[in-house]
Amino acid sequence: MTASSDQCAWRRQLHGSLVILKKNVLLYYLKPPVLIFGVLFPVFFFLAFKMGRSVSPSGVVPGMVAMALWFTATAIGPLVTPWERRAKTYERLISSPISLRSILAGDVLSGFVFGCAISVIPVILCLLLTDARIANLSLLIGGILMGALSFSSLGVLLSAPPAASPSNIMLLSNLVRLPLLFVSGIFVPIGQMPGWAAWVAPLSPLSYTSALIRAAYGSVPYFPIWLCFLMLFLFTAVLFSASCRFHNMYRAKGL
Amino acid sequence: MIDEATEIEPVIKVNGLTRRFGNLTAVDDISFQVAKGEIFGFLGPNGAGKTTTIRMLTGVIEPTSGSATIQGHDIRKESILSREHIAVVPEQANVYLDLSAWRNLMLMAELYGVPRDRRISEGKRLLEVLGLTNKKDSKARELSKGLKQRLMLCAALVTDPEVLFLDEPTSGLDVQSARLIRKIVRELNADGLTVFLTTHNMVEAGDICSRVAIINSGHIAAIDTPEKLRSMASKRHYVEAVFKNQAPPVEKLKSLPGVNKLESDQSIFRLYTTTPGSVATALAMLTAGLGLELDQLNTRKPSLEDVFLYYIGNGGEK
Repeated sequence: MTASSDQCAWRRQLHGSLVILKKNVLLYYLKPPVLIFGVLFPVFFFLAFKMGRSVSPSGVVPGMVAMALWFTATAIGPLVTPWERRAKTYERLISSPISLRSILAGDVLSGFVFGCAISVIPVILCLLLTDARIANLSLLIGGILMGALSFSSLGVLLSAPPAASPSNIMLLSNLVRLPLLFVSGIFVPIGQMPGWAAWVAPLSPLSYTSALIRAAYGSVPYFPIWLCFLMLFLFTAVLFSASCRFHNMYRAKGL
Repeated sequence: MIDEATEIEPVIKVNGLTRRFGNLTAVDDISFQVAKGEIFGFLGPNGAGKTTTIRMLTGVIEPTSGSATIQGHDIRKESILSREHIAVVPEQANVYLDLSAWRNLMLMAELYGVPRDRRISEGKRLLEVLGLTNKKDSKARELSKGLKQRLMLCAALVTDPEVLFLDEPTSGLDVQSARLIRKIVRELNADGLTVFLTTHNMVEAGDICSRVAIINSGHIAAIDTPEKLRSMASKRHYVEAVFKNQAPPVEKLKSLPGVNKLESDQSIFRLYTTTPGSVATALAMLTAGLGLELDQLNTRKPSLEDVFLYYIGNGGEK
């Protein structure tokens, strides 16, 4: 195969991923499970954390932005494949001339775009309604982008097991998402968490995103900035590779 | 069984294809070829391996062993290239229910990389041909089963395939939709499209297929033109007789020279034979000799359904 045909094939696959993104935007962004687990969940968690407590805005806002990103970016992945398997549209996708890797990349992009778009809302609201100020905009943007990519990859990985109903996968995803939320420095900075939680925190991509967003709002980050970016990159690469492997393993199940 | 039929360049070449699910061998070492411009029928009872074969050829599942090519591209080593030449219409219409008919079409065309101008013009033309123009903006969930299946066919054709896989395309459809789909398939085939069709409908297969493979328990039992398969199942030729008032004794009918088997359905008698002409003559003479009268006397070739039952060994009749 020549270099130009390689490039052409690569462009075709990239185009395929963007078509998958478009399909997911049209079909899944407004599905009730996405709105409940992706949008309402962080709002209620925030209210449960904030109401009746005197916490400074600078202590709350970074956690809220990170939590919104966590829930939104991980909401799309667990829904798409189980939904398509049940609707029998999955078979049509995998028989098209788009590789499974490109289909999954499209799903990751869908969670990424959804997560980034929705997490802008708390950023703007906090700027308008609180005195929390962004100290480093580049860190905030970098943290949101890299966090959304790794979270979205996690969401796609969670959708790999075949399930009779999409709700089973949504439950599984919450079994992973909720515990990680409490050990990743969202409500309490990692440095102030009990010893065991501080040991677990480095295993969660949310910890590094949370550290980056806290740093963007002027706090001293728990992890070095370079380590946060490196770890988020590694999480994205490992989670996406695992997604490709497990989705391929289960591709014929439940058709 | 190895298929040696095609003299024209094969579009699909299957060699020893096998698929196991745990201990179950769904498709067992099948080999055949489909030539360019054929409508190739794939017949078999439920669970025979038809859908598994289609799923292997269309890249949905990997074969356990064996090989196959589509337009010269190996389905395992060049999976994406092989899928660029095909389109699939599965048994169950799997359109996106929350999208309009038009969005469904455009999405599929985009996925296959059909250029914008072409997908719009082809989309409009296909909706017109399949009688869906007035449903263009309707959500797919609002369409009847027949209309959804037509939309599936549109979505497959808008990608301009060279090989069209149809898995039970008219199963459970209203007569109008089934006829329209058959008509379109014939017309497309006349324009050079190769069609791989699985069906339970023997009349449909006999009517539109240029060649037929019969698969049973994962093995291919026979491959040939419907006409040749009928003639090969020579034991299923029969003489059909209806008598006025009274029929001759059954023992006398059975003992006519050349009669292999006798079946009767109230007043209709079927005498199975490899020599229907001489049995018909002997039957007419027997009837006259007994002072009885025939109302109807016909020699019949086996239908494709008879051939199908013959080859899948139903009741050990083969």
